[in-house]
Amino acid sequence: MTIRLTILSEIEKIAAAQNRTLGALHDDLPLSQSGFDSLCFALLVARLEDDLGLDPFSAADGVSFPVTIGDFIKLYEDAAAHQAA
Amino acid sequence: MLQPTRPPNLRALLGAQELRRDAAVSDPLTSVGLDEALAGANLACDPADLTDRSILLATPDQLSTALALIALDGIAARLVLCPGDVDPKYFGDIARTAAVDCIVHGGDPAPLASLDLPMVKADRTLTVAARHPTTARPTEWILLTSGTTGAPKLVRHDLAGLTAPIRSSANAQADTVWATFYDIRRYGGLQIFLRAMLGGTPLVLSDPTEPVDAHLRRLGRREVTHISGTPSHWRRVLMSGAASAMSPRYVRLSGEIADQAILDALQAAYPRAAVSHAYASTEAGVGFNVIDGREGFPAALITQSPRDAEVEIRIVNDTLQLRSPRTAYDYLDAGQPPIRAADGFVDTGDLVELRGDRYVFLGRRGGVINVGGQKVHPEEVEAVLNQHPAVQVSLVQARRNPITGALVVADVVLKAPGAGVPGATDQTGLADEILAHCRATLRPFKVPSRIRFVDSLQVAATGKLARPS
Repeated sequence: MTIRLTILSEIEKIAAAQNRTLGALHDDLPLSQSGFDSLCFALLVARLEDDLGLDPFSAADGVSFPVTIGDFIKLYEDAAAHQAA
Repeated sequence: MLQPTRPPNLRALLGAQELRRDAAVSDPLTSVGLDEALAGANLACDPADLTDRSILLATPDQLSTALALIALDGIAARLVLCPGDVDPKYFGDIARTAAVDCIVHGGDPAPLASLDLPMVKADRTLTVAARHPTTARPTEWILLTSGTTGAPKLVRHDLAGLTAPIRSSANAQADTVWATFYDIRRYGGLQIFLRAMLGGTPLVLSDPTEPVDAHLRRLGRREVTHISGTPSHWRRVLMSGAASAMSPRYVRLSGEIADQAILDALQAAYPRAAVSHAYASTEAGVGFNVIDGREGFPAALITQSPRDAEVEIRIVNDTLQLRSPRTAYDYLDAGQPPIRAADGFVDTGDLVELRGDRYVFLGRRGGVINVGGQKVHPEEVEAVLNQHPAVQVSLVQARRNPITGALVVADVVLKAPGAGVPGATDQTGLADEILAHCRATLRPFKVPSRIRFVDSLQVAATGKLARPS
C-alpha cells in the first residue's frame, strides 16, 4: 500500500474508533477542519510509526508542521524518500 | 474596634495601579472592563452571605470565575477553583474535603443541587459589598489536580504565594495584552490571569468550544502580545493553518516537556517573539523560566549555596526538587502526604538527566503519564482493563509521542493461557472489545492507544508489578 493510502486508511480507522464523522478527505483540506483533535493526530502518528517505521515529527533537523492533509501526506512521503536515500 | 490586618487582596492590588483604559477580561462572548470589575457593580445576592465562607466556584465559563476571584479574595475564607472539565460526580467529594458552605454557579445549578448548599448565581455580574472578614488570615485559593483514582486532589495556595513569581517589570510595556490557552482555573492559566491583573492589562480567555483557527483570529484581533500554553496547545496552533493570525512577541510553554522541535518550530513561526519555557506545577509553583531557546535547563540553575536564590533547585535521586515561597502549602485531602518536606523542599516527581551542561526532562517518576497536559495514572487504566472478563492482569505505560508528548499503551495477560486463548485473528477482535470497554468508562486520552497481549508480566520483589522507572 502506498504511504498515501496507508495514511488515509489509518485516518478512517481512528475516526471510526473515536466515533468521529469525517467529511471528504482531500489534499487541500486544513487539518483543523478534518474533525481530528490533538489526540486523534497523536494516535495517527503512533500508528504510522508502527506501520511505516517513520516519525517525521521527531526528525533531528527540524519539523515543518503540516497544515493540510496534503502537507501531512507529503511530510511522510518526504521522510520515506529521505530514509531510502 | 480594631479590624484585623490582612495582606493585600486581589482588589487592593488591582486598585493600587493606574488601569489602562482598554484593560478588560474577555472571552468569545463578552468583555468586562477591569474598572467595572473593581467597582464591583454587580453581585446578585446578599453580600454578607459570602464573608468568611468556603466557596466553590463552579461556573461553566472562566470569565465569571475571574470576576468572582476579584470580588471575593480577601472576603471569603476559601475559594475553590473548579475548571470546566471536572466531572460533576466529584463535586460532592470536593465540597466535603474543602468544607464548602456556599456555591457560586453559572446558570444550571442541577449538577450541584444534590449538595444541598446555599447557591449564588454569578452570571458575569457578581458584586460584593464588603463586610469586614473576622480573621486576619488571607483567603485560601484551592486548586484541583488529578489524583490516582481520577478524583481531583485539592491543593492549598494563597494570593501571596501565587503572585510571588510575578515581576511587575514584565508588564512594563504599555501595549501588553495577555492570553493563555489554559483554563485560568488551572495553575498554568491562573498565573497568566494574575499577571494580567497585577499589570492592569487586558486578558483574553480561551473557550473549549471555540475552534482553534477562530480562537487564533480572536487573539489577533485583540492584539495579544504575551501568550502561554502547553507544548500540546502550541502544536495544535502550528497545525491549524492560522498561526499567523496573531503575532505575539512573548511565547511561553509550560505544563509538559518542551522539546527542541517545538521550540524551534515556534521560533520559526514567530520570528519576532521571545520563546521561553517555564517549569511549573500546581504543587511546586513556578520553578524557573528558560529563555535561551534550548530544551531542558542549564545545570548552572542548580542552587550552589542554600538560600541564595528565591527558588532553590536541587536534584535528588535524579528527581527535581524545589524550595520557594511559591510552593503550595498542602493537600486538603485526608491521607495525602505533605507537599513540602520537613526541610521545605517539594519533590516534583519529574525525572531529569544531566547531558553536558544541561539537565533534560525524562518524564514522571511513578509512571504518571502526561498526555497533552492531562495526567493519567496507570493504575486507574489498569483497573478498568482488569474489569474485562478476559483480562487476568495488565500493565499500562507511556509511549512517547511527538503530538501529545505521550500516549497510553497497555500490556495485557489474558486469563487461562493456552486454554481458550484466541488465535491471532481473534486477538484483534478481543483487543477491540477490551478497548470498547475502556472507551465506555475512561476519558478518551486515558484509553490505551494499543493493547499488546503478553504471556506474563514481571512482578518486583515488593509484590507489585514491575514498572519501568
